[in-house]
Order: sequence, then structure tokens, then C-alpha cells
Amino acid sequence: MYQFAPLIILFPLVGFLINGLLGRKIKNETIVGGIGTIAVAASFVIGLGIFFEMLSRPIEERSQVVTVFEWISAGTLSVNVAYQVDQLSILMTLIVTGVGSLIHLYSIGYMHGDAGFWRFFTYLNLFIFAMLNLVLADNYLLMFLGWEGVGLCSYLLIGFWYDRNFEKGTTGDAAKKAFIVNRIGDFGFLLAMFLIFNTFGSLAYESVFAQAKGFSVGDNVMFWITLLMFVGATGKSAQIPLYIWLPDAMAGPTPVSALIHAATMVTAGIYMVARSSILFALAPGTMEIVAVIGLATAFFAGTIGLVQNDIKKVLAYSTVSQLGYMFLACGVGAFAAGLFHVMTHAFFKALLFLGSGAVIHAMHDEQDIQKMGGLQKYMPWTFRTFLIGSFAISGFPLLSGFFSKDEILWKAFADGAPWMWVIAALAAGVTAFYMFRLVSLTFLGKERFDHHHIHPHEAPKTMLIPLLVLALLSVIGGYVGIPHVLGGHNYFEEFLEPIFAGANSKMMLPMHDSAALELGLMAGSVAIGLLGMFAGWKIYTQKIEVAEHTAKKFSGLHKLLWNKYFVDEIYDAGIVNPIKQTSDRFLWKIFDVKVIDNTLNYSAKFIEATSNIFRRIQTGVVQSYAIVFVAGILVMLGYLMGR
Amino acid sequence: MFCCGVLGVVVRRNAIVIFMSIELMLNAVNLSLVAFSSFLGDSTGQMLVFFVMVVAAAEAAIGLAIIIALFRNKQTVYVDEINILKW
Amino acid sequence: MTFEQGVFYFLAIVTVVSAVMMLLQRNPVNSALYLILNFFCLGGLYLTLNAQFIAMVHIMVYAGAIMVLFLFVIMLLNLGDDKSLRQHLGLRMYLGIAFSVGLFLELLYILGFSSANNYTQQSPTAVEMGTVEYIGKILFTKFLFPFEITSFLLLAAIIGAVMLAKKKIIQ
Repeated sequence: MYQFAPLIILFPLVGFLINGLLGRKIKNETIVGGIGTIAVAASFVIGLGIFFEMLSRPIEERSQVVTVFEWISAGTLSVNVAYQVDQLSILMTLIVTGVGSLIHLYSIGYMHGDAGFWRFFTYLNLFIFAMLNLVLADNYLLMFLGWEGVGLCSYLLIGFWYDRNFEKGTTGDAAKKAFIVNRIGDFGFLLAMFLIFNTFGSLAYESVFAQAKGFSVGDNVMFWITLLMFVGATGKSAQIPLYIWLPDAMAGPTPVSALIHAATMVTAGIYMVARSSILFALAPGTMEIVAVIGLATAFFAGTIGLVQNDIKKVLAYSTVSQLGYMFLACGVGAFAAGLFHVMTHAFFKALLFLGSGAVIHAMHDEQDIQKMGGLQKYMPWTFRTFLIGSFAISGFPLLSGFFSKDEILWKAFADGAPWMWVIAALAAGVTAFYMFRLVSLTFLGKERFDHHHIHPHEAPKTMLIPLLVLALLSVIGGYVGIPHVLGGHNYFEEFLEPIFAGANSKMMLPMHDSAALELGLMAGSVAIGLLGMFAGWKIYTQKIEVAEHTAKKFSGLHKLLWNKYFVDEIYDAGIVNPIKQTSDRFLWKIFDVKVIDNTLNYSAKFIEATSNIFRRIQTGVVQSYAIVFVAGILVMLGYLMGR
Repeated sequence: MFCCGVLGVVVRRNAIVIFMSIELMLNAVNLSLVAFSSFLGDSTGQMLVFFVMVVAAAEAAIGLAIIIALFRNKQTVYVDEINILKW
Repeated sequence: MTFEQGVFYFLAIVTVVSAVMMLLQRNPVNSALYLILNFFCLGGLYLTLNAQFIAMVHIMVYAGAIMVLFLFVIMLLNLGDDKSLRQHLGLRMYLGIAFSVGLFLELLYILGFSSANNYTQQSPTAVEMGTVEYIGKILFTKFLFPFEITSFLLLAAIIGAVMLAKKKIIQ
């Protein structure tokens, strides 16, 4: 089956081409949507086939490179379009195509009636194509191609409703912000690639990782390579300092938020870090930075989400926060745990976003939760699935989020430092609190919306089925990674072990034997989570006055949080505006006009001046020419004389 | 004689005199050709002189025709007044 | 000094003097007359070099035909005297004089100091080479082709001259 791997990439590309070129002509929405969905679903099926074959192979043979064609061959640089099919990439492929096809199905219902229906599915398929290139590539350059491709599709999809206003600008502004901030990160990635090529002489994973084994831990070059790669990751996966684009990205349609900004694109950074695990293992300095930034982002974004009133914004900050957890895991060396959380997060975050999309759809594009409430009785199934998702993200015992988050917390304590556990657990509590605040304000309590104009109804079947599937996955998805201490077998970690073998050998993590400590910490985090859930539910359903009272009492803090710590304004004042001013005043008015234009003008004038001198040779008088003849004869004779 | 001819071409303004200087140059060459032919015992020189004379005659005819045509248009034979091909 | 040498020197001096005088005349008719004198002397020089045929042809063609043509044109155009040369001594004039003098000096150098054979004696066959029969024989055997070509040349010259001198036909 392995040789069919290129087909996984091909199907979405074909879907993109068909919808892109003919979509406008095909008036039937079902066909356009169907083509898009089937393309991704077909990729999922092939991925599944490869997965099962992989399981049947012995461990040493599970990783294989399928080459399609030679792409670049220039001097010492040789890059192929080749796909590395191994445990990590097949895991990501299944996540991307599985969740992706569900979201495609959902979009058929959500985007019904939209004028740009075919455009939507075109971009979605292009996105899946790029994302699959990213995760399946066997070298950094092809990954970069996918990296840029998903950035482009993100731009196209965020600004999909290009004629709408969004906050202080238009959706186009939000899309531009996403793209530009991403670019800053990409620059870091690019520099890292240059360094990699310089150090290892190749960009292909197999070659780089094999050579990396010969390096020693703490190597300076490794530090810079991994640091620059992490800069790229912060851009794509919305960590501090480049997370600012993700909340603005909510300007796009909800399926876009679900697919790109929850389940797949933002996980690209984590995939990159996990793939290059051996390089990171060789640079403990960077690992520390990764862990600290992940932790800080998790807590930071969680606090902002506490006071937001837009349903999608809450979920956006929640995504940023959960991504912080994943980076924390990678930073302390628990790459498998980070990827476990990627998988479970894809399930429940996509579920939450799609659920919120159903709510927005039913409320006629109203997104402010202060204007919702009591929707439970109008949309029972949406409510139930949304509740399951909220439980999962808050780490309710035995749901998928519990297993993945808990493993991260344990590893943060054991392989990182105890203070990391404390802050991470607090962030988990905050997560639980704001999720249940969201649930309470949206679905429970008093109905605060205008009954005359808004008639909420249950979502149509095409939208409900993905919700149900994802809810199911959110529940059972954790059972592949039950930790030892609870008596289970961590299949997930075992499956991915060969990928991280190189990194593990370099890291030399301490062995953990105390089951009691682990159980104790688990109990502690569960307790914090339950407390958060209960508090959120109780306050926002029954005692809203407590919330309002607290907000007034800490009005300064509330204002700070509500304005997102003024980070956007700081960036604007510190970076964006100075650049604009410099460009305007200096680069344009002085450099462009005076230097560049004048160079051209004066070179023309110079030529004119010299030719003015030379044209006087043409006197028009024959005798002058005769004189020149004679002069020439003189010269020639002189030359002949001299010989 | 040759150098006299060159001097004439360069210095005089009258087109006809210039032409006569050209004839002077041609004749100078003729003279040297005949001299060499005589001293070397080769008759090629005299043959060449013969042909040079033919050419000179033809060229004199044409040249004078041109000067007449020029005179008809510009009413002058002084070459430094015929400078339309100036910059 | 032998008779031949004396004749040669006399003719040579007159040739050069007349050439120089031709340059310096203000009246173009005077210039033409000096040129005719020059041609006669040249003819004499040809005779001393045993080129009889050439000498005769020279006198007939040049002094007889071409100079007559020149004089016709001068009379036709009815030119007055030229202005004195001293009146327009410009850069052009200086340059021209300088170059010509330079040329003269160079040629002197080449002819005088080069390692050429010294020609003091005329070749013994020179006498019979100059005769009409001999030249005619060579002309029609060795140099036949150029001879025929020159007829074309003359044809072209005649047509050209006629075309140039025609008055424009006004329809």
C-alpha cells in the first residue's frame, strides 16, 4: 500500500482543480461539496490502508520513503518530491484527512446558499493538499512548500467573505495580519533551513537525522537551528510572541476556524518540532525556551479567554492556550505526549468550533454570548456534543482530553520542574472555568436573545453527523494512550517510539518509578479541573452577580484582560507604525525619489552631455573628413615605419 | 607631388581646385608606378598606369558633373558652405 | 652631370614648382593653367623613363581632354576669384597643414632611409617595354580582362554624367 502514498496528496489536488476550474459552472451545491468531501475522504481511506499495513509490518520496516520525482538538482543541493511514510506522518495524515473530511461534510450544510460556495471548497481542498505535503514530506524544503501553502490558504479562507467588516477593519485586514505574522515566522524557518543545509549538506530528513547522531548535546549550531525553527513554529502555531493573528482569524467562516485554526494548520509547528526531535534534543537551551514559552502562552491565553464575549474568540484563545500545552510537552522532551494532545485536541476543538458554528448559524450570525442563553432546549444535540467537548477539554476523567493533558502535566513535573506543573495545572483550571462559562452563557440559564427576530433551530443533518462523530472520538480517543500507572498500555507512545528513538538516546531522561507521585499529581489536577468546571457552571448559571461584582472590583485587571493585555496596541506602536513611518518618509520620499530616480536621470543626462561633445565631429564639411583620412594614413604609415 | 595634392585637398575651398588636387595626387602615383616599372623591368607598372588613367578620366567627368549639379542647387562651389549634413 | 640627369632635374623642379603654384593661386583658371604645365612636365618625365606610350597617352588624355573639361566647367560656372587663404585660417586649416606636412616627412623617411635597393640603373629591357607594340601585345593577352571591364566602367561614367547634368523634366 505504501506506494499509493502519493495518491493521498493527489486526490485533494484533483478536487482543487476540478472545483477551481469548473466550480463556478456547476450550480449544484451537492456536487461541488461532494467532490471536495470525497477527495479528502478518499485520502483518508488510503491513509487508513497504509496504517493497517504499517501495523502488520515489523518495527524496523515501518518507515519508508516513496519518491515521486526529482525536484531540484543544483550543485550540491538535491531535493526530491518524496514522501516519508512512517508512524508520525501517517498519524498526522489520518488526523488531517479524517477531521478534514468531517469538516468538509459539515461545510456543505454551513455554507449553504453562499455565493462563493465553490470557492470555499476549492480553497479547502488546496489547504488539505498543502497540509498533506507538509506532514508527508521527506525533506525540509517540501515541508516548507506545504508550510507556505497552508499559510496562503489561511489567508484566502480568513478573508473569504471579503466584503465584510470585522472589528476595526475588514476581513481582508485580518487575513493580511495572519499572513504577515506567519511570514515573520517563516523567515525564521528559512534561516534554519539555510543553516541545516550548511551544516549537514542536505535537506532530507534521513540524511540530516543520521548525521545529527554524530553531534554532541549542547552544540552551538544546533541551538541556532532549533531556535530559528521554533521562531517559525511560534508564527504558525500562534505562540508568544506571534500569536496575535489567531484571534483575528476568527473573521473567517467557522469551518475554517475548525479545520485550520484548531485541528490542522496550527499543529504544523508542533509537527515540525516533533519531526526534528533529535535536533531539539541536541539543544537543551532551545528546549527550555520552548517549554517556557509554551507554558507562558498556555496561562496567558487562558486568562484572556476568561473575559471574552465572542463565542469564537473564547475558543480561539483556548486554542492558543492548548497549543502552549503541546509545546510545553515538546519542550520537556515528551514529544509523544505532545502529539497525543494534538490528536485529542483536534477532536474536541474541532467539535467545539463546529458546535459554535451551529449556534451561530441558528442565531442568524450572532456571535456575542451575552445575547444568547437557554439554547439547550432548542438545539439539544448540539448542546450535548458541545458539552462532551467541553468536558474533554477540561480534562474530565476518562475522556480523551484527560489522558493527554494529564500525561503532559506529569511529564512537565517529572522531566521539567515542579513549578511548571503548578502553572500548567492552574492554566488547566482556568481552561475548565472559561469553557463552562461559555457553555453556561450560551446554552443554559435565561434566554437573553430577541425572540421576535431570532428563531433558533437544530442544525441540519449534514452538520450534525460530524458533531456526533467527533463527540464519539473525543470520548474514546484517549484510550490508545492510557498510562501505565492506571493499569493500561500506552499504545500511542509505543507506536511513535521509533521516531523519537534518536532524540531519546540524546536526552537521557531520568527514570520515573514512583507511581504514587504520579497518581497524586493526577488527582490534584483532576481536582483543580473539577473545581474550575463547577465554579464556571455555578457562577454563570445562577450567580452572575458574583461575576459582575468581581469584574467591578478588579476593574483594572478586567480591562487589561478584556483588551488582551494591549499586546496588539503595543505591537502597533512599537513595530508596525515605525515601519510605516520609515517607509513613508524615508524610503519613499527620500530614497526612492532622490536616489533611485536621480541615478537614472543623471545617467541619462551624462550620456546626453558626452554625446553633445562628440556630435561636433559631424561638421558636414567634406574637407574635415578628408583631414581625418590623412590623419589615419599618417597613423598607419607611422605604424608600418615603426616595425 | 602627392603631399602637394593632399595639402590642396585640405586647404582650398573651391571644389574645382580640390578636384584638381586630386588629379595631382593620381598623377603622382602614376609617376612612381612608371618609375618602378622602368627600373624593375616589369611591364605591370605601365599597365596599371594605363588603367589608372582610364579611371581618372571617368572620375573627372563624373566629378565635374556632380559639381555642376551642386552649383545648380546651392549656387556655390565652396565646400565649407555645403554643410547641411551637420549635427 | 650628364644630359639625361640635367633634363631630369629640370623637369622635376618645374613639376614641383608648378604643383605648389597651383595650390597658391586665387583664380581657379590660373590653377588650371599651372596644372597643365605640370602635366606636360610629367609627360617629359615619362619619356626619360622610356615609357613612350604612356607619355603620349598622358598628354592626350590629361592635358588634352581632362584639363579642357576643367576649363570648360570653370568658365561655365563663371567663378570669380577665391578669397585669400589667409582670411580663413581656422582650426581646420592648421590641422590640415600639420597633417600634410607630417605625411610628407613620413614619406621622405620611408623612401629615403628604408633599406630598399638602390635603383641607379634603368633596366635594359625598359626601352623596348615602352613601345606601343609591346604594350598592345600585353594589353590584349595578359590584361585582357581588365581591359574589357574598363569599357563597362566608361559606360557607367557616361551614363552617370548624363543623368547628373540633365535638367529635371517637369511634367
